[in-house]
Amino acid sequence: MLDLIWLVIAVPLVSSGILLLAGRRANAWGHWLGVAASASTFVVGFGAFLQMLGMAGEERSHAVHLYSWIPGGDLQLDAGLLVDPLSLTFVLLVSFVGTLIHVYSVAYMEHDPNRRIFFSYLNLFVAAMLLLVLADSYLLLFVGWEGVGLASYLLIGFWNHKPAYATAAKKAFVVNRIGDIGLILAMGLMLASFGGVDFATVADGVSGASTATLTATGLALLLAACGKSAQFPLQSWLGDAMAGPTPVSALIHAATMVTAGVYLIVRSAPVFEGAPDAQLVVAAVGALTLIMGALIGMAKDDIKKALAASTMSQIGYMMLAAGLGPIGYAFAIFHLVTHGFFKAGMFLGAGSVMHGMNDQVDMRRFGALRAAMVTTWVTFGLGWLAILGVPPFSGFWSKDKIIEAAFVGEGVQPWILGGAALVGAGLTAFYMSRLFFMTFHGKARWTDDQHPHESPALMTVPMIILAVGSAFLGLFLAVGDRFAHWLEPVTGHAEHHDPVMPIWLIMTLTLALVALGVWEAWRRYGAADVPTEAPDVSLATVAARNDFFQDSVNRGVFERPGTHLTRTLVYADAAVIDRAVNGGAQGWPKTGEAVRRAQSGQVRSYAATMVVGLVIVVLIVVLGGL
Amino acid sequence: MDPINFVILACVLFAIGAAAVLVRRNAIIAFMGVELMLNAANLALVAFSRIHGQVDGQVMAFFVMVVAAAEVVVGLAIIIAVFRARQTISLDEPAELKG
Repeated sequence: MLDLIWLVIAVPLVSSGILLLAGRRANAWGHWLGVAASASTFVVGFGAFLQMLGMAGEERSHAVHLYSWIPGGDLQLDAGLLVDPLSLTFVLLVSFVGTLIHVYSVAYMEHDPNRRIFFSYLNLFVAAMLLLVLADSYLLLFVGWEGVGLASYLLIGFWNHKPAYATAAKKAFVVNRIGDIGLILAMGLMLASFGGVDFATVADGVSGASTATLTATGLALLLAACGKSAQFPLQSWLGDAMAGPTPVSALIHAATMVTAGVYLIVRSAPVFEGAPDAQLVVAAVGALTLIMGALIGMAKDDIKKALAASTMSQIGYMMLAAGLGPIGYAFAIFHLVTHGFFKAGMFLGAGSVMHGMNDQVDMRRFGALRAAMVTTWVTFGLGWLAILGVPPFSGFWSKDKIIEAAFVGEGVQPWILGGAALVGAGLTAFYMSRLFFMTFHGKARWTDDQHPHESPALMTVPMIILAVGSAFLGLFLAVGDRFAHWLEPVTGHAEHHDPVMPIWLIMTLTLALVALGVWEAWRRYGAADVPTEAPDVSLATVAARNDFFQDSVNRGVFERPGTHLTRTLVYADAAVIDRAVNGGAQGWPKTGEAVRRAQSGQVRSYAATMVVGLVIVVLIVVLGGL
Repeated sequence: MDPINFVILACVLFAIGAAAVLVRRNAIIAFMGVELMLNAANLALVAFSRIHGQVDGQVMAFFVMVVAAAEVVVGLAIIIAVFRARQTISLDEPAELKG
């Protein structure tokens, strides 16, 4: 199975092509082809997983050479896949959650005339994402990286007949390109200092490279990760990306693609090991984003945007963990997996609520939905408990470990990072409970034309499966540190360090803050009446509601000066270069006009010219004495 | 006799031929001028051949004669074609190539 792993990329890619080219005749069966393609990737991935379980720990890295990609003299680049515990974890997560979301989409997109195109894009995404995680070099990873960016763009703008949605897609694409510059720079630095871009060469070359090079490479990689994972300062696209259909938000903008940045950081561990400064910046960006996302999530009334802010915040946790070094890598990926389950589940739940509420997304128009949508309520509730970090649900096992790891270190660093992680847990509890209570509890604030009803089985079954995962996966993987041991061949064995506070105290504080957050949310949004119009409470709330004016900042700092710069350049182009070129061009007709007169058409005048010329030549020869 | 005289004669013939081409409007006469120039050149070639005691110039003169014969054929054909088209062989009449 390990050698057949290329199938997980090829099958969805082919299926995507078929769906795209088959046209309307595929309307009847296209979506099931998409589901089957996605499911087949899980089957192959699971087979590879079973085979790898049978191997000893140090053998669990299997390289599959595909072909010689760029044979260029000194520069030899091969296309190859690397199957190890880290990439297999992603393969399983992407294909499993992806397949469930494919099934969900069959019902969710039922009335859309372009459903087969939707499935084509979803398949394209699955293929690109699996290429991203299976690639054995940064260059091949970059192909997948761009592929998921393309799929994300196509899917955010799936309903691009609405200009706002098309703009959101474009925004996501442009912001991601800024991150891509980082990845390209990093690859350039790697080629220059290590002589190659495959993971093995980079890992070997790190010991001989200077700290400055490694720091620069690490920061470039971080820029790439920030773009893809919506981390500060490239976070602005994720909220708008909710314009896409909800299954897309669940799959791409919650469970898988946005976590590619974390994967990149963990995969680049050798680089970051040699660059503690870059590592610290990763942790700082993670801590900042986790607080920022949580604050934004507290103020949003749009259920999907609140979940998007939550995704940002949770990926902040993963980044923080990835920035902590070997003690954090396994927890970052662990949280990534559990988050993939509970956040995808909650997004699907949000989709189910929208499905039953005429595509309403304003939580101030929800309320008391638990009676009308019992399955959604229960599955969403399990996801809610998981993200809160309530034991024994998934999030507890992964997030608590990250908070503990953040408290490890010397000086003020553990207090700042750990404090941010701890406060973030409390904020998470508040905004997720706010979302949960505003949607499912309290009084009904529906508009007159809304008649909430439970979604069909095709939608609820994936939600139930994800909810089961949200509830028990963390416990299952955390028992005996199973997950950490599984990842050990890649992330390395982490020495145990004691946090600056005793573990029981950290855990108690976390749970106390979580309880406080839930209680506060219940008091404000569960027990009390929620106004249907958002009140203007404080400046801070307004700022958070507007994503801390991120768009205005971007506009002021980048867009305006950029516009002026391009205008100046256009003006200079017209005034200097165009003028010179046009002036030169105008000279030629004038010259031609002058020369034209010599062409009289008279044979004898031509003959006279020739004779005169001849005489001149003879005179030069005779007088010049040549 | 000094062979340089032949060169001088060739120059004179060439000048007469060139003058005929330049001043006469009649295409036939101008054509005769061209022939005269060609033969002046031939004469010069032969004279130089004599001066240098080599046969190269004479050989070249033969080639010029052959080419001149072919040129006469083409030239006369053009003149006849022009006459058929315009009922005149004046050189100043056709000026289609005026720029």
